[in-house]
Amino acid sequence: MATRHSRSAARLMMAPAVILLLGWMLVPLTMTVFFSFKQYLPMRGDSLERGLDWVGFENYARFIGSSSFWPSVQATLMIVGGVLVITVALGILLAILLDQPFWGQGVVRILVIAPFFVMPTVSALVWKNMFMDPVNGMFAHLWRFFGAQPVSWMSDASVQSIIIIVSWQWLPFATLILLTAIQSLDSEQLEAAEMDGAPVLSRFLHIVLPHLGRAITIVILIQTIFLLSIFAEIFVTTGGSFGTRTLTYLIFQRVVDSQNIGLGSAGGVYAIILANIIALFLMRIVGKNLDR
Amino acid sequence: MARAVSTPRKIATTAVAWTIGLLIFFPIYWTILTSFKTEAQAIANPPLFWGFDFTLENYAVVQERSNYMRFLWNSVIIAGGSTLLGILVAVPAAWSMAFVPSRRTKDILLWMLSTKMLPAVGVLYPISLLFVQFGLLDTRIGLILVLMLINLPIIVWMLYTYFKEIPGEILEAARMDGAGLRQEILYVLTPMAIPGIASTVLLNVILAWNEAFWTLNLTAASAAPLTAFIASYSSPEGLFYAKLSAASTMAIAPILILGWFSQKQLVRGLTFGAVK
Repeated sequence: MATRHSRSAARLMMAPAVILLLGWMLVPLTMTVFFSFKQYLPMRGDSLERGLDWVGFENYARFIGSSSFWPSVQATLMIVGGVLVITVALGILLAILLDQPFWGQGVVRILVIAPFFVMPTVSALVWKNMFMDPVNGMFAHLWRFFGAQPVSWMSDASVQSIIIIVSWQWLPFATLILLTAIQSLDSEQLEAAEMDGAPVLSRFLHIVLPHLGRAITIVILIQTIFLLSIFAEIFVTTGGSFGTRTLTYLIFQRVVDSQNIGLGSAGGVYAIILANIIALFLMRIVGKNLDR
Repeated sequence: MARAVSTPRKIATTAVAWTIGLLIFFPIYWTILTSFKTEAQAIANPPLFWGFDFTLENYAVVQERSNYMRFLWNSVIIAGGSTLLGILVAVPAAWSMAFVPSRRTKDILLWMLSTKMLPAVGVLYPISLLFVQFGLLDTRIGLILVLMLINLPIIVWMLYTYFKEIPGEILEAARMDGAGLRQEILYVLTPMAIPGIASTVLLNVILAWNEAFWTLNLTAASAAPLTAFIASYSSPEGLFYAKLSAASTMAIAPILILGWFSQKQLVRGLTFGAVK
């Protein structure tokens, strides 16, 4: 088997990837943690050359204590939660549907998956203008056709709008993964249950859903990690106003708009901790899969 | 799964599935359609599905006003460059982990994955600062580096799962026949690994093409790719739906086509092999 020679060669081949990722992780992370303990307002003359004041945990306390913190947590939870519920629920239904035999399966699959390949700035702006615009948008035309007052989506239903846009982008991902999982379901078991006269709902609850459990968990974890850091969809639509300022967006504004690097860095550390807690669960599932 | 299904049921399923499929695809279809209308027709009520004057004018206007080709070229260079660089770094790493595994291989793989979970906004300032220090701000090489690094874990993982499927006996047989490490890689492994590498390249070009945090935050005028160009339509002047549609269509068309080829790899790549 592997000789000592090939072992050291293997280590050498792994080195570039490991060193690059180690640097990519450690250098900026150390800097963020460092800044989070400093008062650092470049606009007011603070600079690295002249040295920064150590402020202990003040930035951490101020980030949580600020009046925009809890609304941003709420916005984050609503957007992430809303998108998860919609994509997982519709994803399961769509996966079951696409698994049935029908004409043109390949084409419909392509149609359903397509939104995933649309870049975030395009999907956000197309939805915002061509569908959700209160005067010229498709929805406004539709509402007026039925005699209703068009909705000012981006201001009056801003969080819902973001949820709709992001759900449209991520539904294909959930569907595709759940479809892949459903296709590995033993169809004989289902047919046997069908012959025994088990109704559709109980077949779904007792056979399909348990089988999908692991895939659903994976969809939720991976999507959560990506959804926690959605940025472009908010950047080009509401710019964080009308209650759509998520945690990610709040940190972005602290760093870029108000140029309070210390405060933004403390927020960044919170975000990193949060992401790592979720990542831990994901890693355990993925790690278990590696052993098989 | 070949299940016997009655014809009426198949017809019903077909109708429902096509309706839902077309509904989900509709925003893309509508964007493409609108790109061929005049600005006045683009906002017409009731919306025009047919019978409008087909025009290519918007495409010409978008190119003329903002030099669209430069953004497109930036996207191509950044997505292609970061993927290529990532593959160069990842192939040896994935190879050694798949064929010369050690006790720590699993830990290293999971650790690599964990770097992917780092929220970008948490390191926005440090990266900007380093970019300023090294003169990388608004350069294509800077973005190539960053996008390579954020996608490297996915590239390593995908290659690893593909390499794992290559039976080790073949390598042993090659070694018995006296093949050295170089021949082993060049003549035995590479031909078998090409499909896996190709799928990995495909998925990562798509991910890099659509990346919209670093491309928006680290570019200004000269290195901005299509994601940033489209974002400039967020504060438009006058009628712009047809122009927005034309710009969007050109930005998503190449990736839609690539994406259709990569459906299967999408699942494997984005679940890190947890769902196949």
